[in-house]
Amino acid sequence: MNSIFSGTRLRDMIRSIRACKTAAEERGVVRKECADIRASINENDPHDRHRNLAKLMFIHMLGYPTHFGQMECLKLIASPGFPEKRIGYLGLMLLLDERQEVLMLVTNSLKQDLNHTNQYVVGLALCALGNICSAEMARDLAPEVERLIQFRDPNIRKKAALCSTRIVRKVPDLAENFVNAASSLLKEKHHGVLITGVQLCYELCTISDEALEFFRKKCTEGLIKTLRDITNSAYQPEYDVAGITDPFLHIRLLKLLRVLGHGDADASDLMTDILAQVATKTESNKNAGNAVLYECVETIMAIEDTSSLRVLAINILGRFLSNRDNNIRYVALNMLMKAIAFDDQAVQRHRVTILECVKDPDASIRKRALELVSLLVNENNVKQLTKELIDYLEISDEDFKEDLSAKICSIVEKFSPEKIWYIDQMLKVLSEAGKFVKDDVWHALIVVISNASELHGYTVRSLYKAVLTYSEQETLVRVAIWCIGEYGDLLVNNVGMLGIEDPITVTESDAVDVVEDAITRHNSDMTTKAMALVALLKLSSRFPSISERIKDIIVKQKGSLLLEMQQRAIEFNSIVDRHKNIRSSLVERMPVLDEATFNVRRSGSLPASVSTMAKPSVSIPNGVSAAPLVDLLDLGSDDILAAPSSSGTDYLQDLLSVDLGSSTAQSGATLGGTDQLLDILSIGTPSPAQNNTSSIDLLSTGGINNNPSTGLDTLSSPAPPHIATTTSAGGMFDLLDGLSPSPSKEATNGPAYPPIVAYESSTLKIEFTFSKPSGNPQETNVQATFINLSPNTFTDFIFQAAVPKFLQLHLDPASSNTLPASGNITQNLKVTNSQHGKKSLVMRMRIGYKLNGKDVLEEAQINNFPRGL
Amino acid sequence: MIHFVLLVSRQGKVRLTKWYSPYTQKERSKVIRELSGVILNRGPKLCNFVEWRGYKVVYKRYASLYFCMCIDQEDNELEVLEIIHHYVEILDRYFGSVCELDLIFNFHKAYYILDELLIAGELQESSKKTVARIISAQDQMVEAAKEEAGSISNIIAQATK
Repeated sequence: MNSIFSGTRLRDMIRSIRACKTAAEERGVVRKECADIRASINENDPHDRHRNLAKLMFIHMLGYPTHFGQMECLKLIASPGFPEKRIGYLGLMLLLDERQEVLMLVTNSLKQDLNHTNQYVVGLALCALGNICSAEMARDLAPEVERLIQFRDPNIRKKAALCSTRIVRKVPDLAENFVNAASSLLKEKHHGVLITGVQLCYELCTISDEALEFFRKKCTEGLIKTLRDITNSAYQPEYDVAGITDPFLHIRLLKLLRVLGHGDADASDLMTDILAQVATKTESNKNAGNAVLYECVETIMAIEDTSSLRVLAINILGRFLSNRDNNIRYVALNMLMKAIAFDDQAVQRHRVTILECVKDPDASIRKRALELVSLLVNENNVKQLTKELIDYLEISDEDFKEDLSAKICSIVEKFSPEKIWYIDQMLKVLSEAGKFVKDDVWHALIVVISNASELHGYTVRSLYKAVLTYSEQETLVRVAIWCIGEYGDLLVNNVGMLGIEDPITVTESDAVDVVEDAITRHNSDMTTKAMALVALLKLSSRFPSISERIKDIIVKQKGSLLLEMQQRAIEFNSIVDRHKNIRSSLVERMPVLDEATFNVRRSGSLPASVSTMAKPSVSIPNGVSAAPLVDLLDLGSDDILAAPSSSGTDYLQDLLSVDLGSSTAQSGATLGGTDQLLDILSIGTPSPAQNNTSSIDLLSTGGINNNPSTGLDTLSSPAPPHIATTTSAGGMFDLLDGLSPSPSKEATNGPAYPPIVAYESSTLKIEFTFSKPSGNPQETNVQATFINLSPNTFTDFIFQAAVPKFLQLHLDPASSNTLPASGNITQNLKVTNSQHGKKSLVMRMRIGYKLNGKDVLEEAQINNFPRGL
Repeated sequence: MIHFVLLVSRQGKVRLTKWYSPYTQKERSKVIRELSGVILNRGPKLCNFVEWRGYKVVYKRYASLYFCMCIDQEDNELEVLEIIHHYVEILDRYFGSVCELDLIFNFHKAYYILDELLIAGELQESSKKTVARIISAQDQMVEAAKEEAGSISNIIAQATK
């Protein structure tokens, strides 16, 4: 009899879709069906609408787009027959949501149907309105719904009540219109109406204080009576669930009583008896009973103080907690979190059980229990609880370790009674779950270690032992190599032994083994390798006897594929090789890191300075962090200083120009920033050398460079973002010497420009002579002559110079770094002026030297260059 | 309140979805994908609650079907389990020992029943008998319309049956 229609029946379509073996096949069937439905829609034949929409709903459930069927819903709703309306409303709720414009078109149909003579049509309209109405529709149709709350048939009353909850959720202003109607529903006998009426009252109470007051005054007693009646009622098969008459109604009544009793002693007082009755008499061997008990406990805990009831509630939770049913234990943990607020002691009694729940195989329960445990921790039980948790960490699932270790760390940090305990616990966590530990956690650990000077020896020895066993835990390895780098001498010599320690014998070579292992391990990441390299540099000074071996390891890294590592290896090799005189001061132990500033920073209150320090790292095109390199060379230099001329410094030059690009190109502007950096570096630390050591360490490891430098950074927070572009030209030139074949010797045309006295002080005079190489007018060779005017010898003489962006400066090494009394030394500079003919040379310089063992620093700006250079 | 109801088969096929809070189509499919991944992978003895994006999802498995309801943090999980069971019992009574195939071929019936049980994400009726009575009254109206000779709905109701 269907032969007169084209297309398949719904049942056949479902069958053919189910018969599809592959997703592609299914897509094919659906595409064909959709095409048919579209064609049928275009024909606008009302006979097919019903079936088309049914098909579309099925297709929609499979996840295919069905928007083209939305108008069909509206047509079906507008048609007079009940079957059409029924499927039309179903389609409306399924295919549309409240945000679609199409929905507005249905308002009129809804209004008509709400006034329909057939109560089932009214029911359909109420249901649709309750499920998807928007705020606008809610306003338009609220009067109809309000009227329907008084409808003769209970089926409509209950639907109207729930529809009203949706309306007041969407438009809270309408709440007062519904208060009277809602209160009339509370007197109903029909359970469905009562349930929805109570729900509506609850909703109104949460929205409006006046409604709450109204219900509290008028309805509290009536509700208590209803609850009592239903609790004491005889067996009613229609509503009975596992021996309880209508648990759903129970729960809603208890929920409404909760808001009425909360904050009102009188109302709370009224409900005490019935709550006690529900709490004691409800059967707890089935889920339905437990659901009621659970709601009852929640109400008891929310209403005003009735301590005897609370004891009852806590006891119920205790029973729940020891229940074998996981669902019950889950809700118990949930409730105990709330119970802590008013009875910590009672919850503490269940500590052992709760700890057991942390080890549950069920992730949901573990998560709840862990939350609860962290609330239970206080100064008295922190050691015991931490021990339990750490013991469990050893055997827990891999995927739980992250949550668990994070919690342990936060507990340990918060409640740690002493530093040694903190360090011990953190080492355990790092050993067990090091790969899950977040960066800020191990950064914090390093800060604490750095501050616990009496524990340095102990810590480095513990770490050494731990890292031998747990070498696969990345963060443990990082902390260990950092400490070995810093305190390697304490490790080898067993310095600062604590009574609890067993003496261990570690040779210098053992210590280096650990670091070598970290740097050569293929799965170590860049941060770890960089830290290892710095540690090696430090150890080369701490362990002079095996510095050859260390040098070999460093040299191997010259072949690293990581540019940063490669470059560092070359620099460090240079330090080890040629600069024994400055090496020890260069790699001195780091100054104590400032804990307070670190904590402030960690809590994220200094975002500005974070970005300040992070900027150089991100601005380098090849993705290698520039900050470490730049800071490595930052031997207390002042300005943007050029490196000595060599083919290998192009990269450095790049760095400088990149960073300069971000500045305002005015050397004056850059000066502000760098001066500040300098200031930062010299605040509160004994010697400049140490400063530099720290800045190497701080910044040398890419990933961590934001953290330990906090102390320095904080002070610079107002600094412009282009600091850290400093590099040194003086003694550190030689770092880069390894790269340069030989200082370039260029033919000079003789001085075409008059020599100048660039600088003169009471002790020092600097003269510049100029020459232009043939063929390139932009270039100028400058020979600087430094003349000692004092009767004493200057040692460690360093000349540094900086130029604005339009200039490029290459410095050759000075003829000597010792300037005898009345003697002189020379140094060649090559300046390239990209604005030749427009701007003349300008240079800022700084001279540092030791006079009678005292550091002297002289600075000046040179503006008197001859024009036309 | 219940934010959505989801019926998923053990193979991850969606059998019914009902949304009481606004979710765009994109969000809907994302939610379904995410949740079915989580829920289908949970072991048999574990609790029936999953914490998810600040909500709780209460689920229960009946034969090859997972019934899931998403509720707020402070809602009563145990009660929602009862609501799920309530729904299943009504389905069972309506279809006569319901199975997954009933819900596939008569998915619209499953929706009609759900609409008599929940509105605006709240429970509307605690009596299974009442729900059954209202549903059968409406089914009869459809039948009656079908009876009318030559009526269009006669054929359409057959087609959708």
